[in-house]
Amino acid sequence: MSSADLTSERDLPPERETSVRGDIAPARDGPRDTGMDDASLHRWLARTWRTPPGIIGALSSVDHKVIARRYLITAFLFLCLGGLNAVAMRIQLSGPQRGLIGPDLYNQLFTMHGVTMMFLFAVPIVQATGIYLVPLMVGTRNIAFPRLNAFGYWVYVSGGLFAWVSFALAMAPDVGWFAYVPLSGPEFSPGKRADVWAQMITYTEVSSLAVAVATIVTVLKQRAPGMSLDKIPLYVWALLVTSFVVVFAMPAVMITSTFLILDRLVGTHIFNPAEGGDALLFQHLFWFFGHPEVYIIFLPATGMVSSIIPAFARRPAFGHLGLVLSLIAVGFLSFGLWVHHMFATGLPKLGASFFTASSMLIAIPNGVQIFCWLATLWDGRPVIRTPLLFVFGFFFTFVIGGLTGVMLASVPLDLQVHDTYFVVAHFHYVLIGGSVFPLLGAAYFWFPKITGRMMSERLGRWHFWLAMIGFNAAFFPMHIVGLWGMPRRVYTYPAELDWGNINLFISAGAVLFFLSFVLFAFNLVHGALRGTPAGDNPWDAGTLEWATSSPPPSYNFTRIPVVTNVEPLWAERGALPVASGLRVDARELIISTVAEAHPDIREKSATPSIWPLLAAIAVGATFLYSIFTPWAIIWGAAPIAVTLVGWFWPKGDPEDEE
Amino acid sequence: MKRLASIAFATAIALFLQGCAGWQSALDPKGPAASELAWLIWFFTGLCAVVWVLVMAALAVPLLMRSRQHAEPLALDADADSRKLRVVTVAVGLTAVILVGLTLLSFFANRTLAAIGSDAALTIRVTGHQWWWEVRYEDATPSRVLTTANEIHIPAGEPVRLLLTSTDVIHSFWVPSLSGKLDLIPGRMNVLDIKADKPGVYRGQCAEFCGAQHANMGTFIIAEPRAKFDAWWNDQLQPAAAPTGGEAKAGENLFLKRPCVMCHKIGGTPAGGTVAPDLTHLASRQTLAAGTLTMSRGNLAAWIADPQGVKPGSHMPVVDLSGDELNAIVAYLEGLK
Amino acid sequence: MRPVVALLLFASMALAACQREERDTRPQSALGSGEQPTPVTTLEPGGQRPSPTDNKAASFEANAFHLSEGKRLFGWFNCSGCHANGGGGMGPALMDEKWIYGSSMESIHATIRDGRPNGMPSFRDKIPDDQIWELAAFVRSLSGNAPSSAAPSRNDDMMVHPSENRMPDAATLGKSP
Repeated sequence: MSSADLTSERDLPPERETSVRGDIAPARDGPRDTGMDDASLHRWLARTWRTPPGIIGALSSVDHKVIARRYLITAFLFLCLGGLNAVAMRIQLSGPQRGLIGPDLYNQLFTMHGVTMMFLFAVPIVQATGIYLVPLMVGTRNIAFPRLNAFGYWVYVSGGLFAWVSFALAMAPDVGWFAYVPLSGPEFSPGKRADVWAQMITYTEVSSLAVAVATIVTVLKQRAPGMSLDKIPLYVWALLVTSFVVVFAMPAVMITSTFLILDRLVGTHIFNPAEGGDALLFQHLFWFFGHPEVYIIFLPATGMVSSIIPAFARRPAFGHLGLVLSLIAVGFLSFGLWVHHMFATGLPKLGASFFTASSMLIAIPNGVQIFCWLATLWDGRPVIRTPLLFVFGFFFTFVIGGLTGVMLASVPLDLQVHDTYFVVAHFHYVLIGGSVFPLLGAAYFWFPKITGRMMSERLGRWHFWLAMIGFNAAFFPMHIVGLWGMPRRVYTYPAELDWGNINLFISAGAVLFFLSFVLFAFNLVHGALRGTPAGDNPWDAGTLEWATSSPPPSYNFTRIPVVTNVEPLWAERGALPVASGLRVDARELIISTVAEAHPDIREKSATPSIWPLLAAIAVGATFLYSIFTPWAIIWGAAPIAVTLVGWFWPKGDPEDEE
Repeated sequence: MKRLASIAFATAIALFLQGCAGWQSALDPKGPAASELAWLIWFFTGLCAVVWVLVMAALAVPLLMRSRQHAEPLALDADADSRKLRVVTVAVGLTAVILVGLTLLSFFANRTLAAIGSDAALTIRVTGHQWWWEVRYEDATPSRVLTTANEIHIPAGEPVRLLLTSTDVIHSFWVPSLSGKLDLIPGRMNVLDIKADKPGVYRGQCAEFCGAQHANMGTFIIAEPRAKFDAWWNDQLQPAAAPTGGEAKAGENLFLKRPCVMCHKIGGTPAGGTVAPDLTHLASRQTLAAGTLTMSRGNLAAWIADPQGVKPGSHMPVVDLSGDELNAIVAYLEGLK
Repeated sequence: MRPVVALLLFASMALAACQREERDTRPQSALGSGEQPTPVTTLEPGGQRPSPTDNKAASFEANAFHLSEGKRLFGWFNCSGCHANGGGGMGPALMDEKWIYGSSMESIHATIRDGRPNGMPSFRDKIPDDQIWELAAFVRSLSGNAPSSAAPSRNDDMMVHPSENRMPDAATLGKSP
């Protein structure tokens, strides 16, 4: 791109360009990128946006790509730990009356498996992918509130450490990831195990709320000029809807876990029926979060599918508007069907039937998405590469999960299969089929962007078939054994019920599925070290993240692109039009309008800081202390306040003083 | 993909045929509610299978195409896209119709289920405990109220009303071959009507995670002809059989002197504990420790000698007994027919 | 810096946790107190029976699971029949700072096992030894003698007194504020 390409602003009203409100007196203004040649622009931006050297520098980083990489690696490690839990459980269940693992450890294992997979793997990894990709896809230089984003990561890590250290000390929660009272309540869960569950939730929810807020603001206010609402990529839409769902759902579970802590530690009677409390209240609050949680995990995966399919079907997604509206509809409807987790509690029959109808209803927008993707593929033979293979795996498995979901939505049918292995099969088909397979596809798809190298296609195909066979061998028979009457969360089962052979088969499948992840890990490491170098756009995809180099520089884009199409790289084959006028000696971003994405003001993005880490340590220590005494909130407020003062200490920047 | 599908399908069929006749299986209904539900399960499964096959066929279409896409991704064929729009619209419409149909089906099935047993004459109160079931037969005459544990005798062919509640944590009562499950929640009372078509023994177990021994919280519904059921009830109302023989007498004495007496009740003796299963007619039951062991002298001895080995974490403590003491207690309990 | 913090955290939690969180349901004879000699006399007016320190006392008194089991057994065995949820009735109160026979685990264990004059029966054969230790540990927690991180919290019942983990520390008990 030479400076002659700076045709820029061709879609933009000229008066806006000249009257950007962020303008200040030229005397106090630094050099701008207007007219600057590429080499010196690169030098300026690299110096302005770099992460400081050294350990302290690395810990202070606010670069969304650095934070996202850490997030991704941490979440993958937790996936491996949760997978090991699962393998241990499957070995215990491979035959009747096995004595390998006793009930005390088994109950901790399945609780840690659920907690790890839901709170430490699934939600963080979809958000981490968003942290990496959303700023690139909307064409900005960093995520909004970069320090809050860094803080979110540190809080997440401390929550994960907290849970797993407690597991190492044999004091992990043993009450299930749902932790129903009264079992998790003060009378029936002595010690600190249930408190670990409750506070660990708080850590991870604080972090995912932080990330959600950053994502929402990035999408709404930092889009590249010209990226009006109808030109936002589907993946970004999915993350936007997800983030709103996070903002409305997560507080419900934080309230639940806080109520539980209050009951256990302070002796309140919120869930005590003898003093006017109610044990079912917990379930309502929990599932008001718990059902949207499924969509928090699933919606970003649909965004990934919507990104991968167009690249390999070689056309924009069919029914873009329909897909966006489906995303929004699913986001709304996900809050209206929590009761289908509670059909067996004996709710009034008519009320329960209402939730049958609402649960059925959500199948319609999901159906719209499936049909639109299929229609996208119908134009001709797609280019079949590993990412698309995983998308096919997604169709194969997720549709089964969705259809068994329809079965579970029916009140009478649910009463037979609720809390059996049928449900275990169902939600693994939904979560692994619906989310992990697209995530694996996304890993192969965006790996070249993140590392600059390709992953092995041959290993990728082996991985795919191993995962597909292992997954289906492990989880399909669970439908059957569930219908045969095997309940969930049992550490053993009697021999005379004839569940032994099928469980042995399931266990073999589970081991195979685990091995597929070992292969995947090998492929990741091998690709990062030895993979063939990838160009900027190895798949010839159309969205903005492929416009920059692989891996992207710290400042993402040398010049901020101007968007004219939903697939800008396909529309502007020669070179993207770009916008100019940003300072190069300060971390400036374009803030654009919500609907039309007209550039509105120039705004400085936060500089690296160690304070988010210190604040996260203070917050983490407070949460940890608060499982021992409620006074922790008082004592912990002081260090938190100190770190926040440090975080927000005025920098003497002219912009701050205006 | 197809190869995989056929492997999965063949496996599924093989596994299905191998173990269809479980005595705790939702697919092996033995009562009107379970039959209705089994029919519903098969109908939903069949319909869902058809939908799945259709979606997979739609997915296979592009894979079978010979022609590649256009080189230029944005050069779209407007006619083709409007044809696709029609197809997608029809597909969404069909989905909606199917879903409405299924919703109505499940609503009316629910009504059918609610009508079963609304005329139940016999009421049984089932209370969940960690990790056993307290069963109380209600009767207008106080002397005919009967308390037993874990095994529920019912008259075959008659609807029976179960009142479900719990004194500790949430449990869920589930006998799949008779009916769907319903939770036992402290502070609440749920009502479940069940009916067994024929005499038989139907196994069930707790279906809501309730702590350490959730896996070993089984129950049995024993359906008998009315006359046999009445006789059973009358037998159970009698106080415990007096021990016969020296060993059993010694056993009774030990039972009353040692920790057993702190928790268990034996009708007709001073033992009156209410926090553990009533043992008045222990030997008339088929299983021990909530369906964990079959009733036999050996299992009885094993259970008393090391309850924490059989059900780790259960509330039955290990009691320091000599071999002779253990034998005596087992001899006594064995006589409690 | 971070690894150091994590390590410190881990170490401190490990030390505190191993005592508090263990859940042994089988008697550990290695810890002693299986066969106990029958006391020669049953009357120790006003004084504490000299009792050897028992290893079990230490492993039970700060263990959350055993304390909670003790609380359950206190209800199951109808201790409240005389001690009325610890407030005292026919038997002495257990929530105050007064101890007739001393506040050690060993003496409470001896009280339950062998009985005391003026009505406390002996439960020597009626309650397994480990459960007596659990009851003893719980009785101590009624007057704030158990660490609040291990003491039981409220039951799902009508509230009769503040839960044991909310008790003021034994050192301040009985001194009016």
